[in-house]
Amino acid sequence: MADASVKVKIKRQESPQIAPRWEEFEIPRQPMMNVITLLLEIQKRPKTAAGESTSPVAWDSHCLEEVCGACTMVINGKVRQACSALVHKLEEPITLQPMTKFPLVRDLVVDRSRMFEDLKRIRGWVPIQGTYDLGPGPRMSPVDQEKAYDLSRCMTCGCCLEVCPQINPRSEFIGPAAISQARLFNAHPTGQSNASERLEALMGPGGISDCGNAQNCVRACPKDIPLTTSIGEMGRQVTIHALKTLLTGK
Amino acid sequence: MAKPAFIVVGGGLAGLMTTIRLAESGHKVDLLSFVPVKRSHSVCAQGGINGAVNVKGEGDSPWEHFDDSVYGGDFLANQPPVKKMCDAAPGIIYLLDRMGVMFNRTAEGLLDFRRFGGTKHHRTAFAGATTGQQMLYALDEQVRRYEVDGLVTKYEFWEFLAAVVDEKGVCRGVIALNQIDMKVHAMRADAVMLATGGPGVIFGRGTNSTTCTGTAASAAYQQGVHYANGEFIQVHPTAIPGTDKLRLMSESARGEGGRVWVPKDVKDKRSARSIPESERWYFLEDMYPAYGNLVPRDIASRAIYKVCRDMGMGIAGSDMVYLDVTHIPRKDLDRKLGGILEIYEKFVGDDPHDEPMKIFPAYHYSMGGIWIDFDHMTNVPGLFAAGECDYQYHGANRLGANSLLSCVIGGEVAAAAMTKFAGGLEKRSEAVPAAPFDTEKKRQEEIYARLRAMSGSENPFVLGEELAATMRNNVSIVRENDKLKETDAKLLELRERFSKLGIPDKGQWMNQSLIYMKQLWNMLELARVIALGALARDESRGAHYKPAFPERDDPKWLKTTKATWSKEGPVFSYEPVDISLLPLRVRKYDVDKKAAGPAVAAKG
Repeated sequence: MADASVKVKIKRQESPQIAPRWEEFEIPRQPMMNVITLLLEIQKRPKTAAGESTSPVAWDSHCLEEVCGACTMVINGKVRQACSALVHKLEEPITLQPMTKFPLVRDLVVDRSRMFEDLKRIRGWVPIQGTYDLGPGPRMSPVDQEKAYDLSRCMTCGCCLEVCPQINPRSEFIGPAAISQARLFNAHPTGQSNASERLEALMGPGGISDCGNAQNCVRACPKDIPLTTSIGEMGRQVTIHALKTLLTGK
Repeated sequence: MAKPAFIVVGGGLAGLMTTIRLAESGHKVDLLSFVPVKRSHSVCAQGGINGAVNVKGEGDSPWEHFDDSVYGGDFLANQPPVKKMCDAAPGIIYLLDRMGVMFNRTAEGLLDFRRFGGTKHHRTAFAGATTGQQMLYALDEQVRRYEVDGLVTKYEFWEFLAAVVDEKGVCRGVIALNQIDMKVHAMRADAVMLATGGPGVIFGRGTNSTTCTGTAASAAYQQGVHYANGEFIQVHPTAIPGTDKLRLMSESARGEGGRVWVPKDVKDKRSARSIPESERWYFLEDMYPAYGNLVPRDIASRAIYKVCRDMGMGIAGSDMVYLDVTHIPRKDLDRKLGGILEIYEKFVGDDPHDEPMKIFPAYHYSMGGIWIDFDHMTNVPGLFAAGECDYQYHGANRLGANSLLSCVIGGEVAAAAMTKFAGGLEKRSEAVPAAPFDTEKKRQEEIYARLRAMSGSENPFVLGEELAATMRNNVSIVRENDKLKETDAKLLELRERFSKLGIPDKGQWMNQSLIYMKQLWNMLELARVIALGALARDESRGAHYKPAFPERDDPKWLKTTKATWSKEGPVFSYEPVDISLLPLRVRKYDVDKKAAGPAVAAKG
């Protein structure tokens, strides 16, 4: 029989300038709890296990069904979404920490804006002519659609960056998510038209050659995106593009 | 005069579409959002987007789509905008396809379409079962392109607090909060769009995301913007029970052949799979032979409610029924419904390929919202609204897969109207004196200062939970006047207790308690619009069902509810519905819609 309460340890940090501390909580157990429910319970009764008043924990969340990527944090040492982290499947005490590869905002909230900047770097869009009614898009086989769909489910959550040893304060590595997005757009019939710009973005400092092939990313991705396959494929495209540039001078 | 500049509040589908259209014609746009726009609530839309492309030779047409939508909405929607939406739908789907939305394909490489509720046609384009996410991403990508071009500036983790209205009553900008450093800002624009989504958090657990509080719509309402048809709330028939959220199980599960049933014997203890076909009651197919499992959502939710609550026939007497897709080939399920089945498996633990899912209705969508004209402008000139936060397209009940469509068309129509409006202004917002901006900014800062100083014994999150419980219990599928009166008494009690709140967080940095407290007040204001609007409307129409008044009453109630804010509470007025295109008919789903007879015309 499980205890009547769930024990949780949370790393708290009121702002980037203030030193972090750990707080422990005991939360009455209910069936079907997830980590979000634990945090919601703390909001309603912000007291530590020792009975001291504290502030509610700040965290980032939105859809709560693992399609938006917002509630990503490090739970029992593993980076994942808090919404799909079910309490009955976690070892206790449960530890919650913010992701470590992004600047801290407060408690469990980090600033992942670099990931959206990276999507600018790789020109992650289909360059359509305009949004007016210009008829149907290009035909695509169901096989190609399914392949692309697997890549297009990336929610920019940051799990792959968090586990990548090449993402660190001394590196500019763009990381797996953006590389895989470049593959998605380079495979699109219209997106192909600016494929070389994407490849050039992946050639410079912090580009694809910074990948150390640790393969942690593909294991951490909550959407099972074939990230290492994407890195391999883009590596191939970059090499061919570099050779072509070298030979033709264009 | 310089080119006009615009503010768009909200980065879901409607806000992004507005932004793209404005930027496409070379205008500068400031885009405000609670969350990085790629994480907006539109990601939760699953099943698809409607458009009569007629790829299956079924004789579908935009007119048929229009007829289904008006009929599905029980004739409460103004018909001309709905017609415009359905006419534009095929072009919108093609546009999204060109943007790279990974819609499912037929073997020939054409867009595939599936069935959805309230229609007999394959009219719903879909990208697996994560269509909203895929559409949002495509629009997000196009906006990023304009960001790189310097036309769009994003303000993420920013919150709309109020519109700035000049001495002539024209909206000239907004007051907004940066939720990270908690500073309040005044921002100028020549037209402002609110694309701020629905008010689901008022009902607590439901299918909505955590920011869907309706706080922006409520703030605008408290500034004199009319709120229309607030009492029309869609309860989705199939959601997964949970402690933090009731996750949506898309209508597409039924569109692809999923069946809803309960054991004929409520005492049946066997596992679902071992109950033979003859001992299952497929009650939707039984009650509504013409549409079966694909009746509109209001009808399906009421049927499930009746089976569980009135007849006590839920699974083992509980508030749950089976949604069964186990008879559909695994490969088809993975290709067409993969995303939602994965959600069920992750959050419940059972594999829906093998075990029927257990579901129950949950709060899903507000048909009501900010009152707008056919150009999406509110009654405050210069202030526009689109997406779930407006009331325009869905009448008394929205058909599945029409919401993504209404977001896109809303953004398109509004962007054109905003440009036209700004073009007609005598002076740019820049030239407006600072006074109205300073006054409103100061008022908002003072509100936060007061909230920050609160030291009473009540916890805001506990109050919010009580609000949600009372709304869920009393203003949901079945509505009774005495319960609605009780609800308003409870809402007044909660307002009283609001004055005894203590702020649980003294922090100066991303203070989520302080942010929530202000939103809670706005939710309490909007909750009264919903509850009292429902109390006033003594009829049953679409999602609004009163057993004491079981029929639609066109002579008395074929009219749009308009709530206007006052200190004492919402003041209701009513305006006629534009039914210039389709004559009224009785709405029934046990027979084909052509067989349902004409209705008594409204008087006057």
